[in-house]
Amino acid sequence: MKRDKQESQAQFNRRAVLLAGLGGAAFAGLGARLYSLQVHHQDRYRVMAEDNQFNFRLQTPARGRILDRFGEPIADNRESYRIVLIPEQAGDARAALDRLAEFMDLSEERRERILAEIARSPRFQPVEVAEDLDWETFSRVNLFLPDLPGITPDVGEVRTYPYPQAFAHVAGYVQAASEEAAGDDPLLLHPGFRIGRAGVEAAMDERLRGAAGQLKVEVNAYGRVIRELPEQSNPAVRGQDVTLSIDASAQRFGTERLAGESAAAVTLDIASGEILSLVSTPSFDPNLFVTGIAADDFRALNENEYRPLFNKATTGLYAPASTIKGMMALAALEAGVMEPGERVYCRGHTELGNRRFHCWRREGHGSVDLHEGIKTSCDIYFYEVAERLGIERIHAMATRMGLGQLYDIGMHIPARADGLVPTPQWKRARRGQPWTTGDTYNVGIGQGDMLASPLQLAVMTARLASGREVTPTLLRRGATDFASLGLDPEHQERVHRAMRAVVHEPGGTSYWTLQGLGVEGVEMAGKTGTAQVYSITAAERAEGLREQDDLPWRLRNHGLFIGYAPAIDPQYAVAVVVEHGGGGSRAAARPARDMLKDLIERDPAGRLPRVVAAAGTPGEG
Amino acid sequence: MAVFTQTVPRDLRGKLYEINWAFVLLVLLVGLIGTGMLYSVAGGDWQPWAVRHAGRFAAGFAVMLIAALFPPRFWMGLAYPAYLGALVLLVGVELMGVTVMGAQRWIELGPLRMQPSEVMKIALVLALARYYHDLPQEKVSSLGGLLIPAGMIGAPVLLILNQPDLGTAVLVGATGAAIVFMAGLSWRIIVGAGVAAAIALPLAIRYGLEDYQRERIATFLNPEADPLGAGYNIIQSKIALGSGGFTGKGFMQGTQSQLNYLPEHQTDFIFTTLGEEWGFVGGIFVMALYALLLANCIAVAMSCRSAFLRLVVMGITTTLALYVFINIAMVMGVVPVVGVPLPMISYGGTVMLAVLFGLGLILGAHVHRGAEPPKGAGLFG
Repeated sequence: MKRDKQESQAQFNRRAVLLAGLGGAAFAGLGARLYSLQVHHQDRYRVMAEDNQFNFRLQTPARGRILDRFGEPIADNRESYRIVLIPEQAGDARAALDRLAEFMDLSEERRERILAEIARSPRFQPVEVAEDLDWETFSRVNLFLPDLPGITPDVGEVRTYPYPQAFAHVAGYVQAASEEAAGDDPLLLHPGFRIGRAGVEAAMDERLRGAAGQLKVEVNAYGRVIRELPEQSNPAVRGQDVTLSIDASAQRFGTERLAGESAAAVTLDIASGEILSLVSTPSFDPNLFVTGIAADDFRALNENEYRPLFNKATTGLYAPASTIKGMMALAALEAGVMEPGERVYCRGHTELGNRRFHCWRREGHGSVDLHEGIKTSCDIYFYEVAERLGIERIHAMATRMGLGQLYDIGMHIPARADGLVPTPQWKRARRGQPWTTGDTYNVGIGQGDMLASPLQLAVMTARLASGREVTPTLLRRGATDFASLGLDPEHQERVHRAMRAVVHEPGGTSYWTLQGLGVEGVEMAGKTGTAQVYSITAAERAEGLREQDDLPWRLRNHGLFIGYAPAIDPQYAVAVVVEHGGGGSRAAARPARDMLKDLIERDPAGRLPRVVAAAGTPGEG
Repeated sequence: MAVFTQTVPRDLRGKLYEINWAFVLLVLLVGLIGTGMLYSVAGGDWQPWAVRHAGRFAAGFAVMLIAALFPPRFWMGLAYPAYLGALVLLVGVELMGVTVMGAQRWIELGPLRMQPSEVMKIALVLALARYYHDLPQEKVSSLGGLLIPAGMIGAPVLLILNQPDLGTAVLVGATGAAIVFMAGLSWRIIVGAGVAAAIALPLAIRYGLEDYQRERIATFLNPEADPLGAGYNIIQSKIALGSGGFTGKGFMQGTQSQLNYLPEHQTDFIFTTLGEEWGFVGGIFVMALYALLLANCIAVAMSCRSAFLRLVVMGITTTLALYVFINIAMVMGVVPVVGVPLPMISYGGTVMLAVLFGLGLILGAHVHRGAEPPKGAGLFG
């Protein structure tokens, strides 16, 4: 019995030692494993832990402002409280949105839209849930953030346009980048980021955009930011401001003056080529586009007969009509085909072969010279001028005066807005027909196939006024030493006097409507134009000549006016086109005069006191 | 052998004199480390875990010391009733248990919430020890001597598996098997059972496991396949340990734990935090503490005169060793995640009490190592 007991004790001890050995080996194995993890591979795991612990948050740069010539903001930024959702951290996005809906207004429809967006974007990509929240809602969501994994509040900046209607076409607007445009650029994919989509916003986008920064943050397992480490981050670089040549006052004035019309107006500082206003009415509110315009609103804008989305000032093309007569006269003098005193008899029409060409004044002007030809806008006189010049010389002068070409003014102008000064080659290529003298007649009075934008007309006016190769710009650059066009000063003088007479002498096409500039001691010069939209047929005329006013709006003539002031030592140029506004003197001349007057009175270029004094000196006129 | 000549102390002073104070000190040290880690895991706060852990540890510590004073005969008398009681509680879990995270493990008795499986771990050890104490040595490998222990082990293992709690079932089964082995089962049968198990295991995995348990094994084999789902815990735990390096990131400086990348960092993954903050040095130190404690336990077992005490000590030691091994191996990605706490360091009430009570039995076995209770007459003798 005792032996048996001892034997079993010995067996127990052997087995206990065996188990202890096994256990020891197991523990040694664990120790080796621990060594492998913590000592041998520690570098690898350190990196992984750091990847866990730290994250880089994209910092969107503040967009540069767009300022007028005096620093007044045309496009500015304001704070916007946003809520974004990071699907990766939210887990079940639907549940996260349901929870969020307890704290803020979130319609079922909106939730579905967000879920759809989550479904097609990468899991780490923040998706915008709400933008432009009021402070109360935003702070409520912030307060309950611990219950809302994956939800991140964000104070972003959103573009704002303080004078939306006046600057919509100049400034353009910004929008979220399209999927194709964004590609895999994280900045463009960021829901708070906008890129320029039109106007200066688009053309100057690179300067305005700035550069994205990265903020190093410590995050916990739920993605909540525990700590920010700005010293280890690259801050976002704010976009540069862009200072335009635009004078915000002039821009607003022009927009208001042309309100209710479908019209465009461009004013220029002649000495610098700086565009002071670039008006296109009616306009729209670009703020609507920034946060995403409703489909109905967009359709209303897009289908409006007055085309509010279309920038008529740079892109609208119109027959320049009689506004080119000053240039035509200058071309005739330069070419020596017309003596200044030489008279042409106008009896209301002229024959060319078996075609009859009419003057706008049916009863005729009688005998007119160059001065009267311009002053009364006699078509017969300019048929003669055109015939003597020939299309080649007309084309050369029109091009010299800036028609038929695009200008890089600092905003996008589509290539098709280059206008047209037709040539025989063009006609053959386009229509397969030879050029005729009749074509030359038509071009001679700015009709036919001739097309120009209001911007081009303003450039032509400035060149006519200064004799220099003025080129326009929307960017602030100050007085510029433009090359001379090499015109004979005497010829220029004659044309200037005639254009002054349009406004200031009885019989001038704008004499009764304008009666001068309306500023003491300062005169202006100008030229009216009426672009025919619909030709009243002989049959209609036989039924009793139909008036323009009898036609539906869209068939009425376009009214045009170009002008500059002061008439001596010109500083400011203007071009106005009122679509279907009827005769040029009627619809376009007054707004154009008022805009010039506004410029003379306020003098945004700051050169006038000298000029006004000079205007008072005798012996001029 | 001098050991056998030792007299058994009868009075309190004598018993206190025989208490293995080195053992007590080791236990105390581990408990303190646990409290410190829970303080750290809460971001440097006594709430919510550290203070309650310390309280439970103090209570368990008292239970341990008191349990050490009872004579072996007392525990022998309690063995079968305790086993049956634990079995009834396990059945009770089936019928009225609280479901937590998909598993029924808790039972509520008034204000107490307990895990009967923890009670069973001790009760089974006592019952088996008593059984083999009474069984003549030559009958250990007989058919009867095999079937009764198999039933005693099998019943609770099946009940616990059904909860389902694979980790505890494995622990209870392995502890039972260790006692049977230590009781002197013949090698022939051990080898035979081993071969049978090798054949049965794949079948058991195929048919005996819940989906989530199979998924855990699959995830364990390839955690990177589901880095945000089931593999997340293992990956994050390995990152935490690995990034701790040789000396660790410092107390309360474990980014993985403090930033909640570690799930359940106060319970099953506490060793990860320890390894992250104290590094290889800290991890090895804690493992060495356990190893010392366990070696001490085995020494106690070998010094005991009665089969009952030897088997009780070895049974509890096995349970403890398995706890420690499985938990640490689990957080290091060596074995699948099965939800086994680290004794006296992980946060948790029932386990703490069960472990300290078990340690109390070992402490008591040392005090009473010379005692030799008579063999009982039968199951309820």
